[in-house]
Amino acid sequence: MSEKHHDEHFGHHVRRYLLVFYALLLGTAITVAVSYVPFTNHALNIGLGLVIAGTKAFLVAGYFMHLISERKMIYAILAFTVFFFVGLMFLTVWSFYDFPPLTITR
Amino acid sequence: MDIPYTVDTRPDTGLYNAKAGIWLFLASEVMLFGALFSAYILLRVGAPEGLWPLGWLNVPLGTINTLVLITSSITTVMAWAALKVNQFDRFKLFHGITLLCALIFVGIKSFEYYDKFTHYEVTLKDGRIADGHLKEATDTHVTISGRFVEEREELYDLHKHKAHGHETITIAREDIEKLSNYGPRHNTYMAIYFTLTGLHALHVIGGAIVIGYLWGPGSRLWRKDPERFTNRIEISGLFWHFVDLVWIFLFPILYLL
Repeated sequence: MSEKHHDEHFGHHVRRYLLVFYALLLGTAITVAVSYVPFTNHALNIGLGLVIAGTKAFLVAGYFMHLISERKMIYAILAFTVFFFVGLMFLTVWSFYDFPPLTITR
Repeated sequence: MDIPYTVDTRPDTGLYNAKAGIWLFLASEVMLFGALFSAYILLRVGAPEGLWPLGWLNVPLGTINTLVLITSSITTVMAWAALKVNQFDRFKLFHGITLLCALIFVGIKSFEYYDKFTHYEVTLKDGRIADGHLKEATDTHVTISGRFVEEREELYDLHKHKAHGHETITIAREDIEKLSNYGPRHNTYMAIYFTLTGLHALHVIGGAIVIGYLWGPGSRLWRKDPERFTNRIEISGLFWHFVDLVWIFLFPILYLL
């Protein structure tokens, strides 16, 4: 590969990574700002915070970890992970509503 | 003996071995942190109303640490990209910055931990509660820089009950019913905070040791087998990005929400 081609290739990568970097910085600023907005329901702050965190996580996993274009084997490994992670969270949330018989709640 | 598939991809997986290995490891890590996130949710939802701490952590420091980790993530991936185009000097620069970011992160985290371990809640026998940072502790008295509160609830939501001004408070030992710092034993919030951030910090330290080795003595492999060295950087980078990814969730749930 020629020296010029090296630099072009490197420059292309750098531009993409920088865009993701700026998006992550912006995401962090929005996360902090949203946490101070006095919504009537605090659950809204939590929901928004988690949505932004999820978007940031997608950017890191997708572009920095190259998951946007990876081999099938890695997707297969992650499919199992997602299944069990979602299952774990489902059990966690389910436990909130799983009351023994005759329980009286507020 | 040559270890197979350190550079070439295995025909069945389509990956070199270390890459399949790191993804399997990261999958197990997702479940490890997932279990702790699940514990966090259960503790938070199960906390009595008004008794889940809000505003207990230093948001500016948490934000700086978030920015530090994000910066380290881009320098890690750029270090790998530099090796891909045979620019070893750039790799050294970027990975050096990554290492520096890791040290800054651990330094800030240590300061935050120190702040919590020197922060005390003092319940007096007359029912009053004093809260502040320890200045002096002798056999006869304890001195803190802080404030008195009427109800314990005032200490929980610091967004609502901001501490305005600190005074030096000296309390005789015989007047103290309970004295506890804001360590993991303080309450379930501090317990899960130290567990989650402590485990995360161990990952940062472990990652920094590997990155430091690959930046220093381990980089000699570049001259002998550049492709294999580049793959090592990719593997350590994937781990480092995962550490960043976990923090992306830890920061809002512990510091902000």
